[in-house]
Amino acid sequence: MTRSTKSSRAYLYVVFTFLYLPIFVLIFFSFNKSKSRNLFTGFTLDWYRQLFQNEMILRALVVTLAVAAIASVCATILGTAAAIGIQGMKRWSRFTVMNFTYIPVINPEVVTGVSMLLLFTSLRYFLNFNMGFGTLLIAHITFNVPYVILSVNPKFRQLDNSLYEAALDLGCNPTQAFFKVILPQIMPGITTGFLMALTYSIDDFVISYFTSGTSQTLSIAVYSMTRRKVSPEINALSTLIFAAVLTILLIMNFKDIRSENSKSGLKKKGAERI
Amino acid sequence: MFKAKAVSVPYLIWMAIFIIAPLVLVGIFALTDAEGSFTIENLSGIGRFTPVFARSIWLAAIATAICLLIAFPMAFAISRMSERRQNLFLMLVMLPMWMNFLLRTYAWMSLLENNGLINRFFGLFGIGPFQMINTQGAVVLGMVYNYLPFMILPLYSVMTKIDNSVIEAAQDLGASNGKVFSKVIIPLAVPGITTGITMVFVPSISTFIISRMLGGGGNLLIGDLIEMQFLGNSYNPHLGSAMALVLMVIVLFTMSITSSIDSEELEDMLI
Repeated sequence: MTRSTKSSRAYLYVVFTFLYLPIFVLIFFSFNKSKSRNLFTGFTLDWYRQLFQNEMILRALVVTLAVAAIASVCATILGTAAAIGIQGMKRWSRFTVMNFTYIPVINPEVVTGVSMLLLFTSLRYFLNFNMGFGTLLIAHITFNVPYVILSVNPKFRQLDNSLYEAALDLGCNPTQAFFKVILPQIMPGITTGFLMALTYSIDDFVISYFTSGTSQTLSIAVYSMTRRKVSPEINALSTLIFAAVLTILLIMNFKDIRSENSKSGLKKKGAERI
Repeated sequence: MFKAKAVSVPYLIWMAIFIIAPLVLVGIFALTDAEGSFTIENLSGIGRFTPVFARSIWLAAIATAICLLIAFPMAFAISRMSERRQNLFLMLVMLPMWMNFLLRTYAWMSLLENNGLINRFFGLFGIGPFQMINTQGAVVLGMVYNYLPFMILPLYSVMTKIDNSVIEAAQDLGASNGKVFSKVIIPLAVPGITTGITMVFVPSISTFIISRMLGGGGNLLIGDLIEMQFLGNSYNPHLGSAMALVLMVIVLFTMSITSSIDSEELEDMLI
């Protein structure tokens, strides 16, 4: 057993090295004095200074975060409601709706992006609007919703229906029973869906590329920079994003641990009282 | 049984406008010419691009297989940890996804270059430099690197539900480690495997950034072709829609192979 845990640990280290090495190289060269991406010539913080003066990147960052936040919240609400409705449907309508829901997941991003571009350009014959933040947001919500539905749905399959019935028997009305019994049980799925939506949104390039029109997300800004020459400002930005995400995740993890501890503490207290 | 069908109505409307209508448009564009009259020229013209399509399928299939091989033991190892460590390691898997996808690919550009860090490292031992960037291998590497978490996460989410006692039962009944893996763990992980394959194969086959950044100009994929018809130099949304249609058919065909297992699973659950 110990040998297998040791080898599995070694294996994990190798894979994580593969996942993180490029990122650490990226971070390392954000402190590089010259513009070279291979040769470290000395330490500097100049790229960070320049980053905070680069309006194009800062504006793109704001757009990216705003789109991701709004789109993933909307998608979580829309998707959770959809999942709740879908599991009450008859077999065939559920089958049909789920097959359409799968489309943005299964469909290549290029196709989704291109098809939405076609929709927006066609709609512009009838409506007066420009492609920009609005179309970007619509596109992001559209490709995010399915991930929420797909992560909430399995929770419904695992749901113990007798608990819901028990709640009704004990005097809850259906709404109360939903919020007190069902929602807590599907909550892990909702959280997963939300996090997936957020991650996909921030990371998305392809669909944004086709639907963003005049507004620029971070990935589009980076793309236009890689076609010329990437300045180490981009490395500096990656470092900051990485640090920010790491901090957020660490705080969330500590909170989890603390709430777990306090929960078990409560249980102990309750046990003593009994 | 808890039921509330009405709450899904907003989504159904959204779906009709932003999922179904755009695809109908792709179909219409693929079957019409610039004047709007019916034609199959767009579809028949795709034959010229067969090598590109073949290359895309082949490279994406290799990348998917490699991802599965790397992710399977990884997801299993994580699923057997204590809950707190599981969360930590999942976080570590997801963290790179928060970095911009283009930045991650860009990082590999600087690693793989002819005078990049990897070749410098080899140079210390007097070997190389090897031509790594602008090869098909680099494209596959880029796919594996970018999409590996998409394989690990679905695998993990099914494996974490596999009870240790099931594995122990198999061992008690005399199964070797290999048997436990092939008869217990893999069958139980099938839904995760099919999801993982979908989530890696589809973005791999349709990428146009990885091939452009790591493959140079010589390793064009389907995605590159489609992009060029809509935003690139050879503007022709009708031909582009036809290509998109073919790409969708390829993907649906792949899915029909993997999801045949899925629907059985679903029926089992319904019965």
